[in-house]
Amino acid sequence: MKRGTTGGPPRVAVHNNPKIRSAFYQAVVLALVLGCAYAFAVNASANLRAQGFASGFGFLGNTAGFGINQTLIAYSETDSYGRVFVVGLLNTLLVAGLGIVFATILGFIIGIARLSPNWLLARLAGGYVEAIRNLPLLFQILFWYLAVLGTMPGPRDSIGIGLQPILAALGDATAGLGLPAAIVDLWRSLAAWVGPPDVYLNNRGVILPRPLLGAGFEWVAIAFVVAVLAALALRIFARRRLDATGRIFPAGWVGLALIVGLPVAALFALGVPLGFEHPQLRGFNFVGGVRVIPELVALLVALVTYTAAFIAEVVRAGILAVSRGQSEAAQALGLKRGATLRLIVVPQALRVIVPPLTNQYLNLTKNSSLAVAIGYPDLFAVFAGTALNQTHQAIEIIAITMAVYLAISLVTSVLMNWYNARNRLIER
Amino acid sequence: MKRAIFTLGLAIGLGFSAVPASAQTLKAVKDRGSLICGVSQGLPGFSSPDDKGAWTGLDVEFCRAIAAAVFNDPAKVKYTPLSAKDRFEPLKSGEIDVLTRNTTWTLSRDALFNFAGVNYYDGQGFMVRKALKVNSALELNGASVCAQTGTTTELNLGDYFRANNMRYEVIAFATADETVKAYEAGRCDAFTTDVSQLYSEKLKLANANDHVILPEIISKEPLGPVVRHGDDQWLDVVKWVHYAMLNAEELGVNSKNIDEAVKSNVPEIKRLVGTEGNFGEQLGLTKDWAVRIVKHVGNYGEVFDRNVGTGSRLGISRGINRLWTKGGIQYAPPIR
Repeated sequence: MKRGTTGGPPRVAVHNNPKIRSAFYQAVVLALVLGCAYAFAVNASANLRAQGFASGFGFLGNTAGFGINQTLIAYSETDSYGRVFVVGLLNTLLVAGLGIVFATILGFIIGIARLSPNWLLARLAGGYVEAIRNLPLLFQILFWYLAVLGTMPGPRDSIGIGLQPILAALGDATAGLGLPAAIVDLWRSLAAWVGPPDVYLNNRGVILPRPLLGAGFEWVAIAFVVAVLAALALRIFARRRLDATGRIFPAGWVGLALIVGLPVAALFALGVPLGFEHPQLRGFNFVGGVRVIPELVALLVALVTYTAAFIAEVVRAGILAVSRGQSEAAQALGLKRGATLRLIVVPQALRVIVPPLTNQYLNLTKNSSLAVAIGYPDLFAVFAGTALNQTHQAIEIIAITMAVYLAISLVTSVLMNWYNARNRLIER
Repeated sequence: MKRAIFTLGLAIGLGFSAVPASAQTLKAVKDRGSLICGVSQGLPGFSSPDDKGAWTGLDVEFCRAIAAAVFNDPAKVKYTPLSAKDRFEPLKSGEIDVLTRNTTWTLSRDALFNFAGVNYYDGQGFMVRKALKVNSALELNGASVCAQTGTTTELNLGDYFRANNMRYEVIAFATADETVKAYEAGRCDAFTTDVSQLYSEKLKLANANDHVILPEIISKEPLGPVVRHGDDQWLDVVKWVHYAMLNAEELGVNSKNIDEAVKSNVPEIKRLVGTEGNFGEQLGLTKDWAVRIVKHVGNYGEVFDRNVGTGSRLGISRGINRLWTKGGIQYAPPIR
C-alpha cells in the first residue's frame, strides 16, 4: 500500500500510536495508584492486627454507654455506636440546614443594604462585613458561647418572657413611686391573672412550651399540604395568564394567604385540637417543654453571622454585575423599583451569585465541625470524637466521617448546580 | 477538622510503616538520646508547664525518672501535650515512647496497650457550687454536668445516673480548659472528672472557695503510664522505674540520703542501689539505675508530696496512695 493513495492517515507502528500510548500510560498510572491503595490497606490492617487492634465495622453494633445532650431521635446510653452516628449526623444536618437558611436571608439583606442609597445603612452593612469576616470563626463561636452564656442567669433566676413579669415590674414601679395602693394592687392582680410566662431564658438555653397534638390534628396537616399544592397551581396559572394576556395576578400574596389561612381555618373548625405542655422549674432546671440548648444557639449564631458576611459580598458582586442599563430600561418601561429588582435585576444577578454561594454553603457545613469546641454534639464531636476514643477504630471512623461530609457537600453541590442551570442565560 | 487531619495522618503512617512501631523502644530511645513522653495539656500537679515553660508534675517526674534511669540525666525528655481525645493514637503510631497522662487503666485499653503500673489511685467525683446547697451526688437528679469528651468519665457518668435512676444532661467538651470555662460560666450545675483533677482545676477557678467537691467517688480510676503492646523489655523498664521509687520509699531511701544508702550493708538496699547483683543490667539498664532515679528525682513519697500532696498547692492527702506498710495499696514486688 502506498502512502497517500488510500486517503487514510499514515500507518504507524502500534507502540507509536498516540492514542494507544496515552491509554497505556494512563493504565500504568491507574495501576500504580490502585496498587498503592491496596498495599496501604493490607499493610495498615496487618500492622493493626499485629498490635491487637480490631478492624472492620462490627463496632457499630456495640453499646456506646455515654450520654448526648441533644438528640433528635430517641437515644440512651444503652444504644449502639451506630445510633450515635445517626444522632451526630442529624445534629450536624440540623445546624447546617438552619445555618444555610438564616445565613442566606441575613446575607441577602446585608448585601442589598450595602448598595443602599442610604449613607448610614450602607456604611453599617460595610462595617459589619469587614468586622465579621476578618475575625477567626473559632473565636466568634467561643465569644457567642462564653460571653453570652456568662451574662445569662441561672435556671432559678430565669428571665421569663411574657406579660406577667412586665405587669409585676409595673406594680413594683408604682409602689416605688408611692402611688395609691389600689393602683399597685391592680397591676399585681393583673399579673396574677395572666399567670406565669411560658418562655424562659437562662444559661441552660431557651425553654419553650411543647405543643401537644390532639385528635384530628392530622386534618390541619392535610389542609397545609393542600394549601401548598393550591399555591403552586396558582403560580403556574398566573404565569400562563401573564404570558397569554399580559395581566399580572398577585399569585404570591394569594398563595401566602392560602398557606396560612387554610390550616388556621381547619384548626378552628376542629375546635383547636392543640394543647401545650408548660415548662416548670423543678430541681436544677425546667421540666417539660422543649429546650433549645445554648450550644446550638451559639454555634448557629456564629455560623450564620460569619457566613452571612461572605454571602453579602457575593450578593453585592452579583447585583453590581448586572449592567445599569438593565434597570434603566426597566424604569423606562414603567416598572416600579420592587418589580425591577424582582423581575430584572435579581434573576440576572443570581447567575453570578449562585456558584460562589454554593462555596459558602459548603464552608458553613464543614465549619459546623468546630462545634466540638463548645460541646455541641455534632457528628464530629460524638462520632469522630468520643466514639473514636472509646473504640480506637480510627481508620474506620475517620473514613465514615469523611464519606459523610463528602456526601453532604456533593448533594449540596448537585442541588445548587441544578438551580444554577435553571437560572443560566438562555441564549438565542 | 485539624484533629481529623491529625488522626488521618497517623492512620496513613500506620499504613506505610513496614515494621510495627512497637519493637525495640529502649534501643530507639537510647539511639535518639532522649525520651518522648505524652503528657496532658496542663493539669497542675500531674503535668503542666510552670511560669518558665518547664514541665512539672507527678507524671512529668515519672518521665524524668525513666530518663534518669536510662541516661543518668532527667532532663533528656521531650514532652508532647495531648488532649484526652487524641492521647492514644500517637502512642499507637510510635510518636511517643510512653504515655504518662493521668490515664485510667481499663480492660478495653489494656487489650490494646500495656499499663506499666498505677502511679496514682484515683476515682471520679463531682464539683458543684456551694450556693446550690448540694451535699451528695445522689441529689444531682436533673442536673447538667460538664465533662471532657473521650474519657472514661463520660461512661462512668452515664452508668452512675442510670444505676440511681436519675436524669441528667451531659455537655462534653474537647479540652479540660473549655470544660472548666463552661462550668464557670454556669452552663452546668456540676463538673465531673477524677477527684485529683477536680482539686487541680479548682485552683484555676476565680473563686475557688465558692465550689465544693462532693464526697462520693463513683468509679475506680487507677492512673498509670501506658506503653505499646509487643515490647516486653520496654514495659519492664517503665514498670520497674515505678517499683524502684516505691521500694526506695519503703526502704527509707530518698534523694537526700542516697549517698549514704549506696554504702549501706542492708541486703535489700544493696540490691536496690546495685552494689549486690546485676538487676539493672537484666532490664537492659545499668547497675546503678535505681540510684540514678532516686538521686535525680526522688522516691515515690517525695514526688507525691512535692507535686500533689501536702507539700504542694493541691494539698491532696495521701489516702489509698500510701504504701501498703502504712495502710495504703501502693505495693511493689521485691528486687531480687
